[in-house]
Amino acid sequence: MAATTQTTFASANNFEQCLKCSICTVYCPVAAVTTAYPGPKQAGPDGERYRLKDPKFYDEALKLCLNCKRCEVACPSEVRIGDIIQRARMQHPQRPKLRDVLLANTDVMGTMATSMAPVVNLTLGMKPVKAVMNATLGIDKHRTFPAYASQKFETWYRRHAAQTQESFSKHVSYFHGCYVNYNYPQLGKDLVTVMNALGYGVHLLEKEKCCGVALMANGMHEQAKRQGETNMQSMRKSINELKRPIITTSSTCTFTMRDEYDHVLGIDNRDVRDHLSLAARFIYQLIDNGEVKLAFDPNFKMRVAYHTACHMQRMGWAIFSTQLLRMIPGLELIELESQCCGIAGTYGFKKENYENSQAIGAGLFQAIKEADPQYVATDCETCKWQIEMSTGVPVLNPISILAQALDVEKTKQLNQN
Amino acid sequence: MNKETNEFDVIIIGGGITGAGTARDCAMRGLRVLLLERFDYTNGATGRNHGLLHSGARYAVTDKESATECIEENMILRRVARHCVDETDGLFITLPEDDLGYQKTFVDACRAAGIRADIIDPAEARLLEPSVNPTLIGAVRIPDASIDPFRLTMANLVDAQLHGAVALNYHEVTDLVIENGRVLGVKATDLHTGQQKEFRAAVTINACGIWGMLIARKAGITINMFPAKGALLIFGHRVNQMVINRCRKPANADILVPDDTVCVIGTTSDRVPIETVDDMRVADEEVNILLTEGEKLAPALASTRILRAYAGVRPLVASDDDPSGRSISRGIVCLDHESRDGMAGFITITGGKMMTYRLMAQEATDLACRKLNVNKACATATTPLPGSEENSVSQQEPRSFAVKAAQGRHGTMADKIDADTPLDRALVCECEGVSVGEIRYASQQLHVHNLMNLRRRTRTGMGTCQGKLCACRAANLLGKYNHDAKLAQADLAKFLGERWKGVKPIAWGSALREAQLTATVYQRLCGLDKAVARKEGEQ
Repeated sequence: MAATTQTTFASANNFEQCLKCSICTVYCPVAAVTTAYPGPKQAGPDGERYRLKDPKFYDEALKLCLNCKRCEVACPSEVRIGDIIQRARMQHPQRPKLRDVLLANTDVMGTMATSMAPVVNLTLGMKPVKAVMNATLGIDKHRTFPAYASQKFETWYRRHAAQTQESFSKHVSYFHGCYVNYNYPQLGKDLVTVMNALGYGVHLLEKEKCCGVALMANGMHEQAKRQGETNMQSMRKSINELKRPIITTSSTCTFTMRDEYDHVLGIDNRDVRDHLSLAARFIYQLIDNGEVKLAFDPNFKMRVAYHTACHMQRMGWAIFSTQLLRMIPGLELIELESQCCGIAGTYGFKKENYENSQAIGAGLFQAIKEADPQYVATDCETCKWQIEMSTGVPVLNPISILAQALDVEKTKQLNQN
Repeated sequence: MNKETNEFDVIIIGGGITGAGTARDCAMRGLRVLLLERFDYTNGATGRNHGLLHSGARYAVTDKESATECIEENMILRRVARHCVDETDGLFITLPEDDLGYQKTFVDACRAAGIRADIIDPAEARLLEPSVNPTLIGAVRIPDASIDPFRLTMANLVDAQLHGAVALNYHEVTDLVIENGRVLGVKATDLHTGQQKEFRAAVTINACGIWGMLIARKAGITINMFPAKGALLIFGHRVNQMVINRCRKPANADILVPDDTVCVIGTTSDRVPIETVDDMRVADEEVNILLTEGEKLAPALASTRILRAYAGVRPLVASDDDPSGRSISRGIVCLDHESRDGMAGFITITGGKMMTYRLMAQEATDLACRKLNVNKACATATTPLPGSEENSVSQQEPRSFAVKAAQGRHGTMADKIDADTPLDRALVCECEGVSVGEIRYASQQLHVHNLMNLRRRTRTGMGTCQGKLCACRAANLLGKYNHDAKLAQADLAKFLGERWKGVKPIAWGSALREAQLTATVYQRLCGLDKAVARKEGEQ
């Protein structure tokens, strides 16, 4: 017997380490609202044993998984339950529905839509159109697509920001993601404002593709993998040649590229992972290391409730956002109990998931109503849609709040060296 | 048939696969059959082997007769017991330390015995079976498969009963009724009630495996048998999809079999005293041998969780003219004690292998029929077992993981499992997908008295948690069905103790953590050990 025999244990996403304690199922937001989903333990490690015996044991109910990864946070044995479920779905590909292709191809749809934004927004918001989409595509009629911007963030950046970025002494690359590019360029502009104030030039990656999270959720893993490889290549260039770390403003894009690329898609991202961070964390760490200082507008006042997006919970990074917000003197922060809002990206847009989606979020919506904030802060754009639709309270990314609260000129001076 | 009768044509002692198969064959030929089992069906060697549907290749070089029997029975069982068989195919691999020259001897011997044996490129073998040792230098593909001995035995028993046989477990034969050189029947004790019973039949068949030598002694007859202990290890999931064997002379731990959700490496082989065969324990040395050799077949075993260790006892029989036991055969031994020992009405069927149980049953039944002047041909080679009828894939729409798992276990008999209400479909055993409906079916139809019986009928408690989640739920159901909560509680404690016995030899890593969590839940949280001790004190 070799010296290492039975001393280390290797199984796909640690499924063998499961001790059947069932804590994951207790924390599963889907299992809490429907019996149609067997819960993460059954869908994950239990099901995996059977799927290894015979792929026919794949269960369609796995599609009900939100991929929130709260099971993984709960697991005391480091079983990557969510990844096991994602991989099982990946290994049982089915031809995606037209709806799923539309929902998943965020960048193609975004490119088309931004060029005709006013018409598209008006059309997608009309009741008869929603009824038709509900009936023919299975996109729930209660949902409104996030409005498309008439100018892409990238276009704005090239016209208004690119020229001045080289003048800084320190630099970062910015993975803006589809949402900032097509729907909400303001967040990208806020990021540029904040980083410039801190003395950092902000640059686009040589080539940015959608991180692929929506493609993975809709069974288009090959395309997701291709896009992931492109992103990794651009990031490698940024890190190795340009010496620019990469920051983002979307928790889900970040989580996907840091963790799911490796665990689910099998993309080797080890050399990139540590150089890819959420802007809030990046800035917090700069402050913590004494590398930058912030100066705030003394007149800024805001009452904010912070919602921990699922993937923020999984990464354990909510602390960076809340600590950053706490530095703002005029900001009153209420930390909401961490729970899933129910949207999970494209999941909640699907007619068949609408009811579950709202039932899952009900606890959060209630908590927000009780907290009665001016704004909800969260690091995830899809949580933003869900919370705004379900509570009417406007939602901001912590970076946007920071941009509003900063005394930009003073901050610039503090960080000139 | 009236269950109260104690008159039969044939009494079969032993509820392993040989006894069950013989009961079926006898009943299908119209005989009035009683089968008596001391503990639970499959409790002996039947339930403690590899679960390998041998192609016969393993015996081809050394024992052509056994090899031929194997391949013939292999092909028969694929047809008549399809719901018990997983047609995986197998590989015989040659490793760098082995003699590649043996491969030719092996393949020639296989072909001579009628076993398909295709030499394939090692690269192809790696593609076919990605878990195989990548350093292999030779590979032969042969028609090995895996077979579930629990299902096979129950299907035989169910069919025997459908043909009128009576089967009783927990009935221990205490003596043979002998008059004037003839066995007239048996005396037995119902181990649950302590009641003494006497049953009469013109023919008594001793089908007790290694325990058969003890039954024969009751008639003053000596059968020269050598108990050979074989230890095996069960891994937590399927590492391999094909059976993997070493292409060399049979030795320790050279077969890795994918069985249902797990895979099993074995075996060792050691002569043990007959006095020890009721309590086989696996020693550290055996675990070491199994792991050392096992990881040569599939290196992933070195880093795969082990669920438990177990050991069975092969009934090796020495030929009558060689009482020293030097020439041991694995062939079938059917002894007519009338001609051999002057004891009429008594037959011993032993030796052989699980693989050849049907043929053993046929030989024993043929002999019994001759003695009873019954002239009816054996039909077990062509009549499917219950669960394996044509269109064996149940028509029932598979609704869930549990329904699919149950269909795998019971074949067409799964249609008898209630799945109408959410409670019927609720899972009792989550690892193996056993529903409340399946537990009810097993407890009503498959001779279930306790959790151990239930485990063998349904796989309840065989998964990676080894009973942690399911044992209390199943005990609750059995307690309700039997209207005896106290008994259920004691049974629960016994069952968990039995699970621990198998875990103990491999208690490290996740298996140990799992066992500790189980102990915490049942002992510290629920106080099961104290509750049982208190009850024992009261009695």
